[in-house]
Amino acid sequence: MTVKELVEALGLTVISGATGLDKEIAGGYVSDLLSDVMGNCDAGKIWITLQTHKNVMAIASLKDLSAVILVKDLKPEPDMALQSEEEEIPVLGSSLPTFELAGKIYDLLN
Amino acid sequence: MVFEFEVQGGDFATAGNASSQIKKILKQLNVDHHDIKRIVVALYEAEVNIVAHAYKGRITANIDTSEVRILLVDEGPGIPDIELAMQQGYSTASSEVREMGFGAGMGLPNMKKNTDEMRITSIVDKGTTVELIVFINQTTS
Ligand SMILES: Nc1ncnc2c1ncn2[C@@H]1O[C@H](COP(=O)(O)OP(=O)(O)OP(=O)(O)O)[C@@H](O)[C@H]1O
Ligand SMILES: [Mg+2]
Repeated sequence: MTVKELVEALGLTVISGATGLDKEIAGGYVSDLLSDVMGNCDAGKIWITLQTHKNVMAIASLKDLSAVILVKDLKPEPDMALQSEEEEIPVLGSSLPTFELAGKIYDLLN
Repeated sequence: MVFEFEVQGGDFATAGNASSQIKKILKQLNVDHHDIKRIVVALYEAEVNIVAHAYKGRITANIDTSEVRILLVDEGPGIPDIELAMQQGYSTASSEVREMGFGAGMGLPNMKKNTDEMRITSIVDKGTTVELIVFINQTTS
């Protein structure tokens, strides 16, 4: 499944980085601890988090993640959105809380 | 080949820039992508530790055909008990830093896990030196 197909299936908002929507999704990871993602999340995954600052994109880029999804209608800080555009890694938004969102994505990917 | 980078303590806006540069260089050099992944994880954690815990630092990366050796020298508070600091979950990060999602006490264990050799020396109130070594392009077949 591509990021774009996930966006369409769940009605997610594309906040930034739309040029990266064709990336394939290899799985998902949920964490708000940056070193946890750095150490344990694999390339190609989507990352569900409530962190909204630029270091999220630094990690998404260093780990070659497919997209970042912000829960509960959270918005990225401007420099996070900018880096998402530059790196062509989409930042997506959802109104759902983490548990519900992760459950839906898990169903779609499995 | 030798590459050098300066790191500014407290500057989270540029944290990870050196790691990103080195990742690009390693890709251009066609280093095995599993090796690149390990180096990037270890280096990022070490770089962020300078930003989060020290005042300023310098990163020197030595890349040759069989190994990548990275030295990170900082001026900062130092680490009084390195063995304790190495334990997963141990952190002295400030509450601001924790709110950003840093401070899980996982950085040093990540560095250890992703390197072939790692050495830390530290002098309290002076600074910390971290050496990361990863052997690259080892043919296992
Ligand atoms: N360069 C450094 N200078 C001073 N203290 C350091 C340095 N690197 C690590 N430390 C000390 O070691 C502790 C553990 O480091 P570690 O990287 O494992 O966790 P952390 O940085 O606190 O959190 P995380 O890396 O999970 O975001 C730090 O909280 C800090 O007390
Ligand atoms: Mg750390």
